Amino acid sequence: MNPFRYIVSHPEEVLQLTGEHLFLVVVSTLVAAVIGIPLGILLTRRPGWSRWVLGVANVVQTIPSLALFGFLIPLPFLGGIGAQTAIVALILYSLLPIIRNTHTGIVGVDPAIREAGRGMGMTDWQLLTQVELPLALGVIMAGLRVATVIAVGVATIAATIGAGGLGMYILRGVSMVDNQLILAGAIPAAVLALLADFLLGLAEHWLSPKGVRAK
Amino acid sequence: MDSQEFQKEKIHSPQSEIRNPKSTAVRLSRVSYQLPDGHRLVNDIDLELAGGETLVLVGRSGSGKTTILKLINALLAATSGEIEVLGKRSREWDPISLRRKIGYVIQEVGLFPHFTVEANVGLVPRLEGWPEERIQARSREMLELVGLDPERFLRRYPSQLSGGQRQRVGVARALAADPPLMLLDEPFGALDPLTRSEIQVEFRSLKQRLKKTMIFVTHDVREALILGDRIGLVRDGVLARISAARDFLGSDDPEVSAYRKSLEAL
Repeated sequence: MNPFRYIVSHPEEVLQLTGEHLFLVVVSTLVAAVIGIPLGILLTRRPGWSRWVLGVANVVQTIPSLALFGFLIPLPFLGGIGAQTAIVALILYSLLPIIRNTHTGIVGVDPAIREAGRGMGMTDWQLLTQVELPLALGVIMAGLRVATVIAVGVATIAATIGAGGLGMYILRGVSMVDNQLILAGAIPAAVLALLADFLLGLAEHWLSPKGVRAK
Repeated sequence: MDSQEFQKEKIHSPQSEIRNPKSTAVRLSRVSYQLPDGHRLVNDIDLELAGGETLVLVGRSGSGKTTILKLINALLAATSGEIEVLGKRSREWDPISLRRKIGYVIQEVGLFPHFTVEANVGLVPRLEGWPEERIQARSREMLELVGLDPERFLRRYPSQLSGGQRQRVGVARALAADPPLMLLDEPFGALDPLTRSEIQVEFRSLKQRLKKTMIFVTHDVREALILGDRIGLVRDGVLARISAARDFLGSDDPEVSAYRKSLEAL
């Protein structure tokens, strides 16, 4: 059995669904980063909040994805059938690793470095942008990588609520007991996940400041 | 602890009298610092430091030496009492501009690992918006001052330096914006004994050339004797004794005798 047979015979269709899949992942991860990174930074300034915010994000993470889609469908504005609901769910899943890693990364900066910076008269903003964020960048990027890989996986289930993407093949393949179809969805999804992880790893390396960059 | 229990001698060293006695660089009057749980880290301290003078605070770990420094550069706010730094009360200072006028060196150095030596040394001048050429010239000058060859070290990162070199860069960084006041919190504490005595001697000559007001915290009484004009003994948050460096060992305070014995043991 050639696992690539269906993919090779339907290249355009596979490409289109991969594109839909990528759209779900990229949009949701970007939005999650835009929300999650500032929120993670805020938590380092409001230590009392971190338990609650991280707790909520943790609970969201434990909701089975199929159930979360189900919960979201009846909601006005956010819910309904289609890509929009899927993106909302994916954002919710991506938030935890992004918030947590941003928070952990900044809190993990050597206190002596922070004290030296404050003692020399850096403002909180200067300390954040010139010292804490650059030094926490590796950990923040690791959170983004985890979030992206999770999103690629969860997005396959979004097909159940009509959001499209590679999950369409998997769903159809399961109901028709057709392994070729399942593989046509699973293989590109796996490739996407690996590729996203690899590219973000490269970005992490190039963005991380010299002097602390892993060789 | 009752502060009256300890004799509070205030012997001003002759040198500090010769320097303009009117220019008080730092004055603490009845300063206390209390944690929210009621524990007093600093208890009713009076202290006056003339411009150009070096005061060394000695004492055991946890006696409150570091807290005194942090009260002076406003990293902590006194819970009672009055602090005056460089002619202005602490409350009237903007903490950011106050700290930029105070060189601060801590034991862990706290060099920014993602900054080159040049960027570390030029940090405060850059925050203060000096023109770029002046910052670079100043960084070179400062490295030479602390005995590091600028050609070799300016482009390095802290991870590429030895412990002693890092300490030197830390001192250079604190001096870069030419602050009138320096606070040094066990700056040589993490060094091996040989490098340490080397750097102590160098620092003494550096100090004599720069004529800055300094408060230097250490638990090494030898270091205190080498560097201090006056030496203050801090115990349980109280300034138990303060005297000219040469008179310090003459006290009959039990802790001072313990220090004396530790020196005699050598």
